[in-house]
Amino acid sequence: MAKELIKGNTAVAEAALRAGLEAYFGYPITPQTELLEHLSARMPELGRPFVQAESELGAINMVYGAACTGKRVMTSSSSPGVSLMMEGLSYIAGTEIPAVLVDVVRGGPGLGNIAPAQGDYNQIVHGGGHGDYHMIVLAPASVQEAVDMTGLAFDLAEKYRYIVTILLDGSIGQMMEPAELPPMQPLKTDVPDWAVRGTNGGEKRVLTSINLDPPAQEVMNLRLMKRWQEIEQNEVRYKEYFLDDAEYVVVGFGTAGRIALSAVRAAREKGIKVGLLRPITVAPFPKDILEELTGKVKAFLVVEMNSGMMLEDVRLVVRGRKPVEFFGRMGGVVPFPDEILTEINQLVEGLLTTEGHPRDRWLARLEKTIG
Amino acid sequence: MQKEVIISGFGGQGVLFIGKLLAYTGLDEDKEVTWIPSYGPEMRGGTANCTVVVSDEEIGSPFVKNPTAVIAMNLPSLDKYEDMVKPGGVLVVNASMVNRSVKRDDIKVVSIPANDIAEELGSTRSANMVMLGALLGNLELLSLDAVEKALEKHMPQRQQKFLEGNKQALRRGAAYEVSEPVMA
Repeated sequence: MAKELIKGNTAVAEAALRAGLEAYFGYPITPQTELLEHLSARMPELGRPFVQAESELGAINMVYGAACTGKRVMTSSSSPGVSLMMEGLSYIAGTEIPAVLVDVVRGGPGLGNIAPAQGDYNQIVHGGGHGDYHMIVLAPASVQEAVDMTGLAFDLAEKYRYIVTILLDGSIGQMMEPAELPPMQPLKTDVPDWAVRGTNGGEKRVLTSINLDPPAQEVMNLRLMKRWQEIEQNEVRYKEYFLDDAEYVVVGFGTAGRIALSAVRAAREKGIKVGLLRPITVAPFPKDILEELTGKVKAFLVVEMNSGMMLEDVRLVVRGRKPVEFFGRMGGVVPFPDEILTEINQLVEGLLTTEGHPRDRWLARLEKTIG
Repeated sequence: MQKEVIISGFGGQGVLFIGKLLAYTGLDEDKEVTWIPSYGPEMRGGTANCTVVVSDEEIGSPFVKNPTAVIAMNLPSLDKYEDMVKPGGVLVVNASMVNRSVKRDDIKVVSIPANDIAEELGSTRSANMVMLGALLGNLELLSLDAVEKALEKHMPQRQQKFLEGNKQALRRGAAYEVSEPVMA
């Protein structure tokens, strides 16, 4: 199919629909609203349920119920709305049913603003909802990648009976780029053996997240964790740029990753041997490639549009063996490539250290510029 | 090769539209393109801007601090972006809406009375097209011909009646000589 110029939010909506989305439940919030708006027109056209719920709490619990029937379902929101969904997400995880969530992250905390940010990383990647669970988290950096990840999200959710979150930010949601949309898939006809759809007199089947017997709950926890290990084995995705001969490596996901690409190119033009590792799955985190790079390179620079959240995941892999520095902008401020280039230069010229915490050094530098 | 354009003006001046037109042209010409609008809690009559990047390779940042070119549709846009144009770049200024001259001397300045020209052509609403034409005439970015084709191809059906007028406005802008006296 030919490429078309399409907005990130709209592209994800259309890609979900073409991947066989059977029901959508959501509530409008900027900078995500076009996603819901597109589906509000397209779903009824195809005779599929679209519900604008009374709130995000309503939406996620409608997703929970609909997912129990084994249908392909999703919701989408932006940061404050996603916070409201946390209880429901934990219940869905605890019931071991597949669902897809899109979080178009905006500046925060609190109501914050509607500008692009990555401050939901910890909430999405390291918890948010209560209890022992993980989500698979896909972090595309372009409209095309967001389209591709949307189809994958449904497949992974069903394969592992996990929640898959597509972590975007306001700029990918609002930006138009050429993208090729997938062809329309027929709706899934197979009914998973765990689904509850009425037995018509047959044996009763129950889907729930309540488990009052701790040893039985622990068996379920073990099952979830073993499946997570399997996901960590099989589903890591990332993109490499200029890593072959790199002495320095920038690590960044989503929009921060693609902005870093501009800085890395500019540094390469000056003869600096720097590369970029852009995780596409931030959960599972690309540990093996980072481990491999730790053995080869001089130092790392982590770039994010938050206060250094993925930074901790990088540090856990690098474990003080090589210096790791950090640069980020917060609150909906998007870094420009020249800011990252300055940081790359500092990495190359500066005194590298594995002492102290990179966040402290970054905060001291940031305070001087934005004080 | 990568070029970046920031287009800025009042809401309603068609700033986002000419940005999209550039992006569509890039798409049709098999270029990599990004189009990103300012999407703050804007109000009617407020400012609007968008950034368009056209490139031969995968685009890194869709946000640009120092663009190759700026189209400033009004005075606040000139004030905001004049200093940001990359040295050697192009600044297209809507002389009909701006009452001061440009201070930079290390860039190409195209000061064009876009509203007056558009009015002369029949509708001030095509001032944005005059401005875009002026950019195309002064920066090797995308050909006027390709932009006209994209306009034809991507303009919504209900607006096709404006096609000829828009093309005319584009051409007038592209043919505008910088040395023409500037109307204040």
